[in-house]
Amino acid sequence: MDRFDGKSWHDMGGGEGGALTDLPPDHDFALWEKRVDALMVLMTSKGHFSVDGLRRVLEDMGPRAFETMSYYERWMAAVNQNLVEAGLYTTTELGERMERVARRGGTYGLAADPRSTDRD
Amino acid sequence: MPHDHHDHDDHFHHEGISPSGHPYRADDDTPLTYWQTMEIAVRELLVEKGHVTAAEIAAQIDRMDARSPANGAAVVARAWTDPAFREHLLADGSAATREMGFDIGPMHLLAVENTPGVHNVIVCTLCSCYPRNLLGLPPDWYKSRAYRSRLVREPRRVLSEFGLTLPADTTIRVHDSTADMRYVVIPERPAGTEDWDADRLAALVTRDSMIGTGLPRPAA
Repeated sequence: MDRFDGKSWHDMGGGEGGALTDLPPDHDFALWEKRVDALMVLMTSKGHFSVDGLRRVLEDMGPRAFETMSYYERWMAAVNQNLVEAGLYTTTELGERMERVARRGGTYGLAADPRSTDRD
Repeated sequence: MPHDHHDHDDHFHHEGISPSGHPYRADDDTPLTYWQTMEIAVRELLVEKGHVTAAEIAAQIDRMDARSPANGAAVVARAWTDPAFREHLLADGSAATREMGFDIGPMHLLAVENTPGVHNVIVCTLCSCYPRNLLGLPPDWYKSRAYRSRLVREPRRVLSEFGLTLPADTTIRVHDSTADMRYVVIPERPAGTEDWDADRLAALVTRDSMIGTGLPRPAA
């Protein structure tokens, strides 16, 4: 069994890791990822939460999240947690809206289209 | 490649190559994910409740897209050609780059200069902190476990995996960024560019040379 080495999972400096050869080609970020980034920048600059608040949620997710979720998936979870804590909307409101969004269509383009008809 | 065009309000186009020189991901054409659904829902709730406008979000994405390694290259090329600016940059990176229109906001920027026998390289072992005002968004490998864990332990070997083999007597300095403090590397000016102006020099400055995992392009 691994002994606790005195640092949290996200503190990776000095640990093990694979080779940096054969890197996947760089890609730009998808629109939804840029929107997550924009929400983070805008809502922190408006004072609803801080970078420390983002990092607190990211670090509390644990190492499994780092392996199973993409970078902006983790950011989305952390932004949402902070906004709920700030009281900007409730988890009930979020759940209802997510159901409504998902009913608009099976792709991001359809679901994000503000002109899509919500079928309640 | 087929695309639906539902994002005219953002003046955002998915086709071809992005301003930062990478192909776009075709996110609109793949099945909707849980986290994408949450992003749409959160954004709509924030807009409806008056916490942010769609125009603010679009403008922020435009600002993000406008930031690319060309910003950093302009800073490096000016440091190579303007001794007073170089001095200012090394003394107060935040102020010197803000003066050029590349505002880092409330964070601090430290410019670290390569010199004969000393090579600098940057990392964020805790997360993914990066000089976004000068280089845009970080590449995937910068955020990888392999880079974050190994660079501080065996930098010479990591650099060799990027194709950068440094002489054994070169000192390698690894700088670990934080949420509040970012680094950028000022690489050494390539030989044979003595009579080049800043614009011409900037074309030699690569993204990786400002991270420290590469060198500028040679003059030839």
